[in-house]
Amino acid sequence: MTATAFGWLVLAFPLAGSITIALGFRQWRGRTAGWIGSGAIGLAFASSIGALIALQSRSPSQRALTSSLWNYIATEGVNVKLGILVDPLAVFMCLVVSGVSFLIHVYSVAYMDSDRGYSRYFSYLNFFVFSMLLLVLAGNFFLLIVGWAFVGFASYALISFWYRRRTAVRAGIKAFVINVVGDVGLVIAAILIQRDTGALDFPAVFARAGSVWHHNEWVIVAICLLILVGAFAKSAQIPLHTWLPDAMEGPTPVSALIHAATMVTAGVYLIARTHPLFELAPTAADISAAIGALTLFFAGTVALVVTDLKRVIAYSTISQIGYMVMGVSIAAYSAGMFHLMTHAFFKALMFMAAGSVIAAMAGTQDMDRMSGMRRAMPFTSVAFVAAALALAAFPGTSGYFSKDDILAFAAERGSGYWILYVVGTVGALMTAIYAFRMIFRVFAGEPNEEARELEHGHLAHAEPVNPLTGEPEDTDVGFPGPEHHIAEREAAMRAPMTLLAVLSIVAGVIQIPHVTDVVTDFLAPTFADSRFADVEPSVGLSVLTLALGALMSLSGIAIAYLVWVRRPGTSAQLVARFRRTHDFLIHKWYFDEAYDLLVVRPMTRLGQAASRTFERVVIDGVSQGAAMVVRAGNSLVRVAQSGIVRYYALALMTGVTALALYFLIAAK
Amino acid sequence: MESVVFFVAALLAIGGALGVVIQRNPFYSVLSLVVHLIALAVLFLLLSAEFIAAAQVIVYAGAVMVLYVFVVAYVGGLEDPLIEPSPVLRVVAPLFAVALGVELSFAILGSGLKGIDGKGAHVAAGFGSPARIGELFLTKFLISFEVVSLLLLIAAVAAVVLARRSKSPEPDRRLAADRPS
Amino acid sequence: MMDIAWYLVLSAFIFCIGVAGVLTRRSPLVILICLELMLNAGNLALVAFSKMTGNGDGQIFALIVMIVAAAEVVVGLGVIVAMFRNRLPMDVDQMDELHG
Repeated sequence: MTATAFGWLVLAFPLAGSITIALGFRQWRGRTAGWIGSGAIGLAFASSIGALIALQSRSPSQRALTSSLWNYIATEGVNVKLGILVDPLAVFMCLVVSGVSFLIHVYSVAYMDSDRGYSRYFSYLNFFVFSMLLLVLAGNFFLLIVGWAFVGFASYALISFWYRRRTAVRAGIKAFVINVVGDVGLVIAAILIQRDTGALDFPAVFARAGSVWHHNEWVIVAICLLILVGAFAKSAQIPLHTWLPDAMEGPTPVSALIHAATMVTAGVYLIARTHPLFELAPTAADISAAIGALTLFFAGTVALVVTDLKRVIAYSTISQIGYMVMGVSIAAYSAGMFHLMTHAFFKALMFMAAGSVIAAMAGTQDMDRMSGMRRAMPFTSVAFVAAALALAAFPGTSGYFSKDDILAFAAERGSGYWILYVVGTVGALMTAIYAFRMIFRVFAGEPNEEARELEHGHLAHAEPVNPLTGEPEDTDVGFPGPEHHIAEREAAMRAPMTLLAVLSIVAGVIQIPHVTDVVTDFLAPTFADSRFADVEPSVGLSVLTLALGALMSLSGIAIAYLVWVRRPGTSAQLVARFRRTHDFLIHKWYFDEAYDLLVVRPMTRLGQAASRTFERVVIDGVSQGAAMVVRAGNSLVRVAQSGIVRYYALALMTGVTALALYFLIAAK
Repeated sequence: MESVVFFVAALLAIGGALGVVIQRNPFYSVLSLVVHLIALAVLFLLLSAEFIAAAQVIVYAGAVMVLYVFVVAYVGGLEDPLIEPSPVLRVVAPLFAVALGVELSFAILGSGLKGIDGKGAHVAAGFGSPARIGELFLTKFLISFEVVSLLLLIAAVAAVVLARRSKSPEPDRRLAADRPS
Repeated sequence: MMDIAWYLVLSAFIFCIGVAGVLTRRSPLVILICLELMLNAGNLALVAFSKMTGNGDGQIFALIVMIVAAAEVVVGLGVIVAMFRNRLPMDVDQMDELHG
């Protein structure tokens, strides 16, 4: 079969899975819906591999295939098809997305068991995977935006999955609103592209880009900035990042899939896909890189102080995506995509392990209450450590090679990009610190109550409460189910975690600088038209970066060990001494408060004013005024309907007489 | 000779009509109507419609008027109150009637209908005879004949239904103001 | 034998007298009687036209009108009797419940 046929199959299976589960959602007993969903994604992954093989069997210059099912619009000047583009970048993303999604589905089969919304969960999750694959395989801006919007919806549906929880619903709305801001930017960019190049499909646009726009012309810069608005909203970069930590209200596998491995990487994919446009507008690319760097620094600082386990991982995600954005903005495309892949592995693993820990803690996510769980949960702790090592870029792990690939490229580009290098290196130090902060706080030290219970084989149980506000809940539909599942007891959770742990540690070998470059070679056909296609970090820079990276990683782990294991009171002392900095960081650099003041409150007041004056006076006035006019007219006419028969007869006679008179006169 | 009969009959007809409208007592109205109907029968005779004239006397003046007399006797000849709630109708109605009459006269006289000025077509001797009517009814107007007989049947049934005494004592459906308190 | 026009004008006059009666009187019984006046006027016109054209159709028409009038009288008087039985006022102006 051709690669594009496989491409359509990749899209068809998750969609079919979603619809199947949705149609029979009352019928599925036990874990059936889960296996159906996982099977659908498994088939999608198999089709992605088929597409890979089909693609690789062609010569490198012929690896960009399009196929369309039908035309949406085919008129003068506008030509939009339901078409996909299968090229190395798309297939790469498909493999990562479907592969990691499959593992997370299998994990969820066990994790979400006993939740009343089990089938709904898997239908949504399958739909999300379908949307993400649609986004990735789209062959024109139109379909990309369709996939973009679907992904936003799926994210909203899954964040507010436990819809009776007020905090979850608020978080879902916040995520959706910020996503819509991004959508608007993307749509306007697409309009401008259509206007200038007369096309929306990627091959045509990129072919004509060079002749339509001049280097750094303000139009192309504006287009790229608008694309960036969309990318940053999806990928949670400053200033559109505030939704991601709140999105941790969703179930942990959702956080693993959407907010670590796939949806948030859509922005990175977008920048990589539209790289010809960004290379025409270096200003926009530089702004993008700068924001990526700023974000990674910001998120790293906040991750050092927050105490909610999932939120630490969320800020870590924001930070790592900052690296990826930085990477694709400075034209380190394969490095950025490589980091995307490795990050998917270890971040999904980290969320899975965190889910296991939270289940053992009977739903609490507060790290202040966790300690010494290593003996009670051996498998989870090993998995968590593996993920943390990869995150901290411990030498030899996959994270190590991918992160340093990006930094080495920055150094190679030289001049101003050395700032990015420094920021990235500092960020690496912070990453190592907060990653092992988590490890040492949760797993090291004396076992806490829940851990001791678990060592005796008894899973802790607590009254269901909202982890954020402490409000009491129940376990019916719209709230988490009554049972908690930990990895030690569920094979369906252990298998994916094991696989991801192995990949997190080992996957680095495919892209060791100057030794192997599987990713670069694979993605080369897509990025062949880049000006920086031949740029490769020199051996010296690579070695320097690797050494520095190792140093940062090991120092970070050492610092974390010192602060949280060796001298237990140190962190409290640091908080006391740097109280104001700590406050600033704990409040996430006051972004949420700023948005509330600048955006939320004015909009609320505007809405209230509109409702009070405009709606009540103008609109109600018009509609009710029309009704009143009609009623007045009616009361005028009603006078004739007195009920007295003789008046009716009189009216009749009057009419007859008048008519006769008329005809008489007319005839005469 | 014919003209005299015509004028006498015409005057009687109009007089009877006016009597119906003007008299307060319904009994007198009914009697005026009978006079009017007989006058009309004479006019029919003048128009060579013998059967119609006979039917008018027998059916109309005979059966229908007897019905009216019975009902007037049963209902009681309540006189119309002189005071009208609003005098509009008392003033306006005759005016309109006069206007309509004048218009119709103008229409008829100025219509230029052929034969209106003449004495009518020359008709054979048995023009309005029962034989002729019967022949027309059973050939050209057969369907109307059947339909009309059905109508009479329905009217008979309706009369029975309407006048039936109900089993339970009839509730006092007078207006609230009219009931004895 | 007078001109046909005389009969027609007479019929018109009788009709208008009937109209005036219907509009002016308040007792339903008298209104029905005035209705008879109007119907008879129509009969007269029909027979006059029948004589004018030499066609027997007008007479048949007039006969049928007579039959229908008889049926209508039956029903109308039945209604009046029912009104009387239910002790409703015999006043058309007071039967005004079908109003807007």
